[in-house]
Amino acid sequence: MAAERGPLPQEARAAWMLLAPGLAAILVLFLVPIAAGFFLSLTDFDIYALGDIDTVRFVGLRNYANLLRDPLLWKAMRNTALFLFAGGPLTLCVALSAALLLHSRAARLKGLFRTIFFAPYVTTLVAVAVVFRYLYHPRFGLIDRGLALFGISPIDWLGDPRWAMPAIILLAVWKNFGYATILLVAGLQAIPESLYEAARIDGANAWQVLRKVTLPLLAPTLLFLGVITTIGYFQFFAEPYVMTDGGKPLNATLSVGLLMYKAGFRWWSMGYAASVAFVLFAVVLALTSIQFALQRRSET
Amino acid sequence: MRPGRRKWSPFLVQAALVAWAAVVLTPLAWMASASLMRPGEASEFPPPFFPSRPTLEHYRDLFTRLSLGRAAVNSLIISIGATLAVLLLNSMAGYAFAKLRFRGRDRVFAFLMAALVIPAPVAMLPLFLMLRSVGLVNTYVGAALPATAGILGIFLVRQFARGIPDDLLDAARLEGAGELRIYWSIVLPMLRPVLATLAIITFLGTWNEFVWPLVALTDESRYTLPVALAALVGEHSADVELMMAGAVLTVLPVLALFLALQKQYIEGITLGGVKE
Repeated sequence: MAAERGPLPQEARAAWMLLAPGLAAILVLFLVPIAAGFFLSLTDFDIYALGDIDTVRFVGLRNYANLLRDPLLWKAMRNTALFLFAGGPLTLCVALSAALLLHSRAARLKGLFRTIFFAPYVTTLVAVAVVFRYLYHPRFGLIDRGLALFGISPIDWLGDPRWAMPAIILLAVWKNFGYATILLVAGLQAIPESLYEAARIDGANAWQVLRKVTLPLLAPTLLFLGVITTIGYFQFFAEPYVMTDGGKPLNATLSVGLLMYKAGFRWWSMGYAASVAFVLFAVVLALTSIQFALQRRSET
Repeated sequence: MRPGRRKWSPFLVQAALVAWAAVVLTPLAWMASASLMRPGEASEFPPPFFPSRPTLEHYRDLFTRLSLGRAAVNSLIISIGATLAVLLLNSMAGYAFAKLRFRGRDRVFAFLMAALVIPAPVAMLPLFLMLRSVGLVNTYVGAALPATAGILGIFLVRQFARGIPDDLLDAARLEGAGELRIYWSIVLPMLRPVLATLAIITFLGTWNEFVWPLVALTDESRYTLPVALAALVGEHSADVELMMAGAVLTVLPVLALFLALQKQYIEGITLGGVKE
């Protein structure tokens, strides 16, 4: 019946009235700033411009040229890529194992474990980053005390440039795997029992069932999680801000987001910072496009 | 129905789940425990897990000497304000996309969905300059505004509102009810479940937000809890027990809210996650 009659004029008018405030907010607070950000990245907007806007000059692509020569950018890119390409898959692997356990017939108290696994995801990142800062302490931190039980000598997690990124990645895995677990459990529940049955009759072992039945059918969920994780992890910021006082030691934990913040709000080189933002944007866009393309190819 | 999946040893599965849960909970348990320790106790060697004589003095410090009580009020005002605004804007837009027919509907909606992949920090610098030029930096409104540009909420409401029967809306139209009246008195009450979900997602998101309030709130008396806590780490990083009390104060409200409303929250998360 909905398709039978055409749109009523008053319906369209009402629709735009209802849409106007929400779309206006998105336009003014999100889309316009993004466009403005691109123009900002083509200027030398700095602390003087905050006082007198007339000092701003158009500099073309100079910010980008300087940025690509800036060793800090490459350091931040390296750290961010490490966070994404080590932390992302690790989060998903941990989440998948937790989801398989929770989905197993043998599991009891599933609701309770689901709540526990999900709890870190709702916590405030800044607060748990403060907690982990002390858990990683080489002398009284619980993590090194735990490792000592296995005869491992203390690691200066956040003070040693080699261990600072792994430490931040572990925090991210702890905090985020529960979210992916919930979605994967929902995905597992949607897989019909008969498919497992058929695989078993064909004599498939548990590993083959996982590879040939479970994972392919989870592909849409995994793609969504891959995209969400890419967008989220690429922006990581609060962890180094709180745990390593802004990217210490030796910028070993400097992220692209943190570099943008420092350039913009510590050094007030807003034009330069805007170019960092657009490099971040371009990389996220490229990575998510690759994921969608891979998905499309595997479907055909 | 016969069990189709391979049956793992029930004991091993259960043991793995328990061990896992213990690892997940330890940081939170230690945070709560250390917040009750005497000053310096948490950094003794070997470090104790439980306080020898529990004390609330650090919490008292947070509220009296340090103004974290103020920060908690700021967080509350900003989160509630943002949540109410998001509920109104997204329910109107989500309903319009789901139930009203107009030219360009699908194109506008597809455009919004595509915009979901844009990382929010890209808008941050110009937004700061824009709000600064209209005097909204260092105000509650300025801190809450970017949250109202949420796109995910429109999607959630739309998914839910599609289930509202057209007959119901047409009947109201025949009786002469205006479109806005229909939205307010018929649609809005029916959207209550998805609005509960959206409310908790938005509240948690704004409460936990760090980058934007860090940028937009420059005056200490306006800081939200995460910003105040991050500032506190800079000055008092040696006072482990005090910092843990601050972390508890920040995390406890959202954790309690999640435990109380986890059904709605997890439903919203899964609805948002299965888009296809």
